[in-house]
Amino acid sequence: MRGSRKAFRALPGLAAACLAGAALAAPAADDPVPGRLAACVGCHGAGTSTTEGVPSLGAQPADYVVTQLFQFREKQREAAPMNDIAAGFSDDDLRAYADAIATLPPPARSGAAPDDALKDRAQAIIGKHQCTSCHGADLAGHDAIPRIRAQREEYLAKALTAYRSNARPGYDPAMNEVAQDLKDDEIRDLAAYIARL
Amino acid sequence: MTPNPSRGLAAALACLGLGLGPLPVMAQETKATATPPATVQVDKGSALYGRPEGGGAAKLAPVAGPPIATAAAKLPVAQLKVPDGFRIEVYASGIANARSMTQAPDGTVFVGTRTVGKVYAVLPQAGADGTHEVRTIATGLHRPNGVAFHDGALYVAELSKIWRYDDILTHLDGGEKPRLVYDDLPKDEAHGWKFIAIGPDDKLYVPVGAPGNIQLPPDTHAQIRRMDLDGKNAEVIARGVRNSVGFDWNPKTKQLWFTDNGRDWVSEDIPNDELNVVTDPGKQHFGYPFCHQGTFTDPEYGWGHSCSEFTAPAALLGPHTASLGMRFYTGTQFPADYRDQIFIARHGSWNRTAKLGGDVVLARTGPDGKIAATEPFVTGFLQDNKYVGRPVDVLVARDGSLLVSDDYNGAIYRVSYAR
Repeated sequence: MRGSRKAFRALPGLAAACLAGAALAAPAADDPVPGRLAACVGCHGAGTSTTEGVPSLGAQPADYVVTQLFQFREKQREAAPMNDIAAGFSDDDLRAYADAIATLPPPARSGAAPDDALKDRAQAIIGKHQCTSCHGADLAGHDAIPRIRAQREEYLAKALTAYRSNARPGYDPAMNEVAQDLKDDEIRDLAAYIARL
Repeated sequence: MTPNPSRGLAAALACLGLGLGPLPVMAQETKATATPPATVQVDKGSALYGRPEGGGAAKLAPVAGPPIATAAAKLPVAQLKVPDGFRIEVYASGIANARSMTQAPDGTVFVGTRTVGKVYAVLPQAGADGTHEVRTIATGLHRPNGVAFHDGALYVAELSKIWRYDDILTHLDGGEKPRLVYDDLPKDEAHGWKFIAIGPDDKLYVPVGAPGNIQLPPDTHAQIRRMDLDGKNAEVIARGVRNSVGFDWNPKTKQLWFTDNGRDWVSEDIPNDELNVVTDPGKQHFGYPFCHQGTFTDPEYGWGHSCSEFTAPAALLGPHTASLGMRFYTGTQFPADYRDQIFIARHGSWNRTAKLGGDVVLARTGPDGKIAATEPFVTGFLQDNKYVGRPVDVLVARDGSLLVSDDYNGAIYRVSYAR
């Protein structure tokens, strides 16, 4: 896993291509990574995203990725440029991309470890809202439930806010139900803590 | 709420002990298992109330079917079992997230979805392999789970809007714009998707689920409404209904029977899902959130109440089984003793360690019209505690066979009787 991560980091040109909104670049023939991933890592990173607003995808369960690519294709979830990218995907494409993304190494946490005060507040919120019931004790996800630990902080906050307002309808509405009662400061603490796991 | 002492506890007790396999949950077990989880610190009114913390409840996550249908050759039909004399086969495949069904007089079957925003038409003519062509007639809808065909029109229920597609059979290309019928509905995602049907009174029946697992619902929720076909004159005909995703009318009495999904997170074994009967429209309260399964007062909301205040269920359908679509068998293809009995699709549990449901059961009525027994009919969706498919709705087809939708595989199966 570590080795493949280094390989991803050797693709700086793709990030520029992504930011310019350019079409997907073809991978080198001897690229050890599945070819179709090259375009994804340009923006999302090789497991860990370094781009604000763009989520890390490393070790994301394939079944979850299928649901999100589907929602992008069907415009159930709006997030440029993913709607345009997924527009032409076949069902087989959804599955193939998802399977490839699931092989990326888990994201590295951003920033320092959470301080004790944040940890205490966040764990109380996690207990109250039963995050671990679905996402697992380590918040690493499984099946169609996403990995959220070490996700980018601002992305986590944005996702929770959009679930709460129903601007982002979940593939299954479970998160819309759970997020209804979240306060702004709870979202802030959850995002800060989970991003640092 | 409307007290209903005349039906009361006796009827509920009569139901206990009936049913199939591990189903019956005795009232005397209730007290021992009904203690609310001590670690839960959620406000009582919260949609989250009643979810236990970590531990054994971990990994008990909802199992939403994938958005991609299973290839026809990989459908689990060989694993599905039906009683002697019956056979089950694939009727149609490639119907991602196939949920509620309704049939036009020419045999066209319309199918709603919960997660993929589509409504399908399954054409009546069978191909060489016996399966049927599927067309997508609407896309981009928000949880269009409910479909009802009536007088040439297709009624489609989104989460908070009900539409009518006129002359649908001549517009299967999806080009026709629907007319809005009714949108005085809450927008809650939780239990917001709807089953709909049109009754023998030519009225449209629309459930509004509770907006969470367990709470005191607003007056606008936890009920079934009926209205004129143009959406006017809506009235509440049943209260205390947590989340009904299937109903039908008894062909003899014309009374409405409906399934109701019980609350989560009290226990692995209680409460049961319910099968209920509306005998006095507008005046009955079916218990939620005060009393579950006719015998079990809620650990929090039940204090100060007795289950005898509420209408007891006609039958118990198992804990967490997610009993959804149900229809009376009105065909003549099956043996005579199936006539007017009730088929019920149990989608299957998610928050139970040993999964339960994932089948179609038959609820048999006795001479008194009450449910006398419940027995398996289609089994095999649950293999080694994993789902290979999940039944959502049942429909008595025009030829008397029984269609069963499966949202996990995006398929419809046909059960027929070989005389």
